[in-house]
Amino acid sequence: MAVTPETIDQLRSVTDEKYKYGFVTDIDADVAPKGLSEDIVRFISAKKEEPEWLLDWRLKAYRAWLEMEAPEWAKLNIAPIDYQDAYYYSAPKIGDGPKSLDEVDPKLLETYEKLGIPLKEQEWLAGVAVDAVFDSVSVATTYKARLEQEGIIFCSISEAVKNHPDLVKKYIGSVVPYTDNYFATLNSAVFTDGSFVYIPKGVRSPMELSTYFRINAQNTGQFERTLIIAEEGSYVSYLEGCTAPQRDENQLHAAVVELVALDDAEIKYSTVQNWYPGDENGVGGIYNFVTKRAACRGRNSKVSWTQVETGSAITWKYPSCILQGDNSVGEFYSVAITNNRQQADTGTKMIHLGRNTSSTIISKGISAGRADNTYRGLVRIQPKAEGARNYTQCDSLLIGDKCGAHTVPYIESRNPSAKVEHEATTARISEDQLFYCRQRGISQEEAVSLIVNGFCREVMQHLPMEFAVEAQKLVGISLEGSVG
Amino acid sequence: MALLEIRNLHVTVEDKPILKGIDLSIDKGEVHAIMGPNGAGKSTLSYIIAGRDGYEVTDGQILFDGKDMLELEPDERARAGLFLAFQYPVEIPGVTNTTFLKTALNSLRKGRGEGELDAMQFLKFVREKARPLGIGDEMLKRAVNVGYSGGEKKRNEILQMAVLEPVLAVLDETDSGLDIDALKIVADGVNALRSPDNATLVITHYQRLLDYIVPDRVHVLADGRIVKSGGKDLALELEAKGYAQFSSAEAA
Ligand SMILES: Nc1ncnc2c1ncn2[C@@H]1O[C@H](COP(=O)(O)OP(=O)(O)OP(=O)(O)O)[C@@H](O)[C@H]1O
Ligand SMILES: [Mg+2]
Repeated sequence: MAVTPETIDQLRSVTDEKYKYGFVTDIDADVAPKGLSEDIVRFISAKKEEPEWLLDWRLKAYRAWLEMEAPEWAKLNIAPIDYQDAYYYSAPKIGDGPKSLDEVDPKLLETYEKLGIPLKEQEWLAGVAVDAVFDSVSVATTYKARLEQEGIIFCSISEAVKNHPDLVKKYIGSVVPYTDNYFATLNSAVFTDGSFVYIPKGVRSPMELSTYFRINAQNTGQFERTLIIAEEGSYVSYLEGCTAPQRDENQLHAAVVELVALDDAEIKYSTVQNWYPGDENGVGGIYNFVTKRAACRGRNSKVSWTQVETGSAITWKYPSCILQGDNSVGEFYSVAITNNRQQADTGTKMIHLGRNTSSTIISKGISAGRADNTYRGLVRIQPKAEGARNYTQCDSLLIGDKCGAHTVPYIESRNPSAKVEHEATTARISEDQLFYCRQRGISQEEAVSLIVNGFCREVMQHLPMEFAVEAQKLVGISLEGSVG
Repeated sequence: MALLEIRNLHVTVEDKPILKGIDLSIDKGEVHAIMGPNGAGKSTLSYIIAGRDGYEVTDGQILFDGKDMLELEPDERARAGLFLAFQYPVEIPGVTNTTFLKTALNSLRKGRGEGELDAMQFLKFVREKARPLGIGDEMLKRAVNVGYSGGEKKRNEILQMAVLEPVLAVLDETDSGLDIDALKIVADGVNALRSPDNATLVITHYQRLLDYIVPDRVHVLADGRIVKSGGKDLALELEAKGYAQFSSAEAA
C-alpha cells in the first residue's frame, strides 16, 4: 500500500498518543523515536550500558536544560530550532549510505579532488558503506599498539566509560559543568560519543592524534563529547575534523570539548571545521554550537587552540582557557571564513587566575558574499593574577561590499600589574592586488586564495604540517566565486 | 609579423580620453623606449596592454603574436608571455616572495603544458636568478613588496621578470628611485634576458637608463599620442630640449 497523507497522519496521532501517556522506549530499537524526553536520555544511557552515576549526571543535565532559555545572540540570525523534531539516538548503520562513489554528489567529489584526498578516504567521507577490509583499519591498529606502549589511552568516550570509569568520572564536567550553557547542557544530557585521550605523566605523544581519529570519528553524531587529560609534564597534539566537507543530515551540532593540563603539560588542539554551509541562500546548512574549554590547572601548563573554520551555516564557538596554574599559557589562533549567507560568531575567553599567566589571541576573520563574521572575545584578569599578560590581534578581511566584519573585545582587568594589549585592523582585497597577481599569470581564484592565505599566515603556521597544506587549499575552495 | 602590434588605439577612463590613437609595432629581438611628460598616458598604455580593468578601448586593436590581445584576461596574457614591471609594485602581506613566484611560475608552466616545479627545484632556480640582482634568501622569504624600499621593489620586479622569462616585458619606470649601482644591476638584468626571441618596452623619464639598456627605437608619448619616433639619439635630444616642443601646440 502506498503511503498516503492519511496514513502518515494516523501514524502521527498514534505516536503522539503514546508520547502523551508516557512512552517507554524499546531498548532493542536501533533508533530512538523523534523528540527529547527523560525517556530518551535513559534510552541513550541504557544503549551504551552506562553506569548509574553517568545516567544521573545526564538526567541532571536534562532537567537543568528544561529550565534554560536558548541564548540570544545579536549577530546571529537563527531560525528557532525545534528540539522535538530531531532524533537523538541512532545506531551506526552499515549500508545506509551510497553504495559507491558513483552515487555521490559530483560536486562533493570535485572538492575532494581539489583537496587531494585519496580515493579510499573519499569513500569514507562520503559515507559510502566501506567493507571490513578497509586498509586504514589496520593502520589504526598499528597506531593503537604504538600508543599503548606509551601508556596513552586514546579511544571513544563510550569505551572510556567502560574501561576507565574512574578517569572519566573524575574529569567529565570538571571543565564544562553540565549547567554551563544551553548547548553544553543539552550535550551533557544526550551526547552519543566522542573521543577520550589520556597522556600519562612525562609522556610525549609520539604522533599527532589525527589519522586514527579520522577513521574513528565516523558517526559520532551531532552531540559529540571530547575529553583530553594531559598529566604532569606530558605533551599531546590533537587534530580534530577534516578539510573535506562531510555528509551529515543533522542540522544541529552541539559538541563539548574539555581539556585538562596539569603541571608542565602541554596540549595543542587543532581544528578544521568544514561542515556543510548551506547553499548560496543559506538553506540547509549546519548550526555549529560548540563549547570548548581548557583548564590549565598546573604550573607552567600550556594549551594552544588553533582553528580553521570554513563550514557551517552558523558557527558559535569560543574555545577558552582557564589559566589557573602559575605561569600557565593560553593561546588562540583562529581563521574564520564566511561566504554567501554564512554567519560566524567566534572568539575566545582567556581567564587569568594564576600569577604570571599569559595569553595570546590571533584572530583572522574573512567575510565574502553576504556573510557576517564576528570576533567576540573576553580577556579577564582576576585580582590574584599578578603579572598577567595578554596580547590580542584581530584582523578582518572583506571581499566585496555586502559582507560584514565585527570585533567585540571585552577586557576586564582586576589587577593593576597586568598588561593587556589589543590591536585590530580591517582590510579589503584590493583590485590592485588581484591585478598584480593575475599579471603574473595567477588565475583570479588562485589569486584570492593566495592573498587570503597570506592574510591568515600567522595562524596557519600553527597547524601541524599535514593539516596545513590541506587547510590552505580549503581556504581557496571555500572562497570560490567570491570575486568577479 | 611584429610581436606587438598596436593600431589606432583609443582609450578612455571614466569617459575621459587618455590615449588618442596610438600606433606602435615591436618586433622580436627589439628594445623600444617610450618617454614623455607626466600624465601623458604611458602607464595607461602599459595597463591596457596587460588588461587592467577600468579602461575602455573605444577604438583600435592590440595584436600579440598576431592574436587579439584585448580578448584575453590578464592572466591569460601573462601566460601568453607578457610581463609588466609595475611603476608602483603592489604589497601582498603574508605571502612570501618565494610562494608568490612559485605560484606564478607554475601557473605559466601549466599553461605551457609543462610540469610544476616542486619546492626544492624552485628554490634552486630562483636563487640562481636572484644572485646577480643582489637579492638574498632573506628577501625571498619576505612578504611581497611589504616594507621594501623603493629600490628594493624595483629590483624585485626584475627578479620576477627573470624568473618568469617573458616574451614581451613592459618596464614602467623601473629606473625611477634607483641609485646608480642599482640602476646598473637592473639594466644588467634586463640585458641578460635580451634575445632574438623576445622584446622589451621600456618606459622612462631619464636618458640615463638608455645608456645601459640601449634601445632600437625611442618614441615620445605626449597627450595620448606618439608624437615622435626615432633612434636612440632621440633620447639625448629630449634630455637637452625637454617636452615643451610637443605639448605647446596642445596647450595653446
Ligand atoms: N583611473 C583613472 N581615473 C581618472 N584618471 C585617470 C585614471 N588613470 C589615469 N588617469 C589619468 O590619465 C592620464 C594619464 O595617466 P598615466 O598614469 O597613464 O600617465 P603617465 O604617462 O604614466 O604619467 P607619469 O609619468 O606621471 O607616470 C593622467 O591625467 C591621469 O590622471
Ligand atoms: Mg606612469
